Amino acid sequence: MARPMQVSRYWRHFREKYRLIGGKCENGHVFFPYRQVCPVCGSKNVEEYEFSGKGKVLTWTIVRNPPSGFEYYKPYPLALVQLEEGPVVLAQLTDVDPEEIHEGMEVEVVTRKVREFEEDGIILYGYKFRPVLR
Amino acid sequence: MRKAVIIGAGMTPVGEHWKLSLRDLAVEALLKAMEDAGVDKVDSLYVGNMVSGPFVEQENLGALIADWAGLGNIPAVKIEAACASGGAAVQEGVKAVLSGLEDVVAVVGVEKMTDAWPSDATRYLAYAADAEWELFHGASFVALNALIMRHYMKTYGYTEEDLALFAVNAHANGAKNPYAMFKRPIKVETVLKSPYIADPLKLFDASPVCDGAAAVIITTPEKAEELGVPKEKWVEVAGMARAIDTINLANREDLLTLKAAKIAAEKAYKMAGVEPKDIDFFEVHDAFTVMAALSLEALGVAKKGEGAKLAREGQIAIDADYPIQTMGGLKARGHPVGATGVYQTVEAVLQLRGEAPNQVPDAEVGLTQNIGGTGSNITVSIFRRV
Ligand SMILES: [Zn+2]
Repeated sequence: MARPMQVSRYWRHFREKYRLIGGKCENGHVFFPYRQVCPVCGSKNVEEYEFSGKGKVLTWTIVRNPPSGFEYYKPYPLALVQLEEGPVVLAQLTDVDPEEIHEGMEVEVVTRKVREFEEDGIILYGYKFRPVLR
Repeated sequence: MRKAVIIGAGMTPVGEHWKLSLRDLAVEALLKAMEDAGVDKVDSLYVGNMVSGPFVEQENLGALIADWAGLGNIPAVKIEAACASGGAAVQEGVKAVLSGLEDVVAVVGVEKMTDAWPSDATRYLAYAADAEWELFHGASFVALNALIMRHYMKTYGYTEEDLALFAVNAHANGAKNPYAMFKRPIKVETVLKSPYIADPLKLFDASPVCDGAAAVIITTPEKAEELGVPKEKWVEVAGMARAIDTINLANREDLLTLKAAKIAAEKAYKMAGVEPKDIDFFEVHDAFTVMAALSLEALGVAKKGEGAKLAREGQIAIDADYPIQTMGGLKARGHPVGATGVYQTVEAVLQLRGEAPNQVPDAEVGLTQNIGGTGSNITVSIFRRV
């Protein structure tokens, strides 16, 4: 069985996973997650950039045979969401009827529990996307 | 520059080998390849394997397998490139021969997957994805391919039925391969009626979890002659290359282009001095039906968006213009991940020697393409009859 994830390993990504902070290079390319070298132009002059969290479903699936550690949630929808700033993010969809999911569906970011480890284990939170509330 | 030829090939049947361990499988395939080549020692060993650590708590496969195969104190290492580990190990073996540092090289690809619980196997296979940004969110490897599959169908107007044709073709060919895991032909309905694992991807769109090992012996033509290996057994490694793409699917420039395959194929074609139309058969990486379609496009066999059309038009069968998966492919032969690239190589060798159970008539040039990750690490190799 998969062992509980170390706290430090999870803690390193708080900003990205709670606030959707990625990077922006000197030439204006934005990307997610943050990295030291711009994946578009190779610039090493990169600063943090917070995304709005609004986007559209590019493609999606329903995970029916999840990896160990995610059995509790099955089946769950997973999608590639194209943020309004351009980059694509992989995340679970939440608060949605699977029948309603479609390509182009407008979604917004929310913070949710992503995974829970056994009894004494830690609980991981992170971004998921839900249909935009009107 | 030196030339490299394959002079020996061996494999175990693919399946659920409850009675055999990783080392049993690897040693069996390796000894068969050495016997086929008529050699009893080699200068070095390269082991293609992806996830032996999590699956069977065993790393250091170079030492393990060389030791148990009785190869002596030679250099031996494991090569890992996710599901393309086998293809990469073959290429590293060829490079060692071409460099002049080693004259007779053994390559074995092995994976033992059925000792794990299915949901753990699903987790270990997802180690080929980006742990922090894909697996963290509960993405299985199948789910990532399902995202691509839906996007492919939506973008080009294909149906689940269209993609099922790749599985049907693979099973038809695998039915004739005694080493295949599934030796039964299937119908389109079989695929369509199988349960969804990650919609729209169904059980029969995917290759199975299984065990197996395959091996080849590589040397130069001069050395092959010296060793007295009959020329009918030689198969030249005419071209090879590999490339990577973003490990995280979300960071891909275009979800529907296997850019790494495209780059590797262009280089391999150039090195071999051939074009797609000169290739007599293609062993492409159909871990999922949509990957077969995207591979045909990346290899220049079909135009972008038209890979699935080739299946619809009947152009991928043994007797058609672009035979693929002649021995069943990953889908029907089986996909013991780190061994798959070596199985493809062994099958190409059998085709080019004219010894394949599902022979492509007068095959002279064959191509193997092995994908690691969701298209993130890809090898392309071209083999020619000597
Ligand atoms: Zn940039």
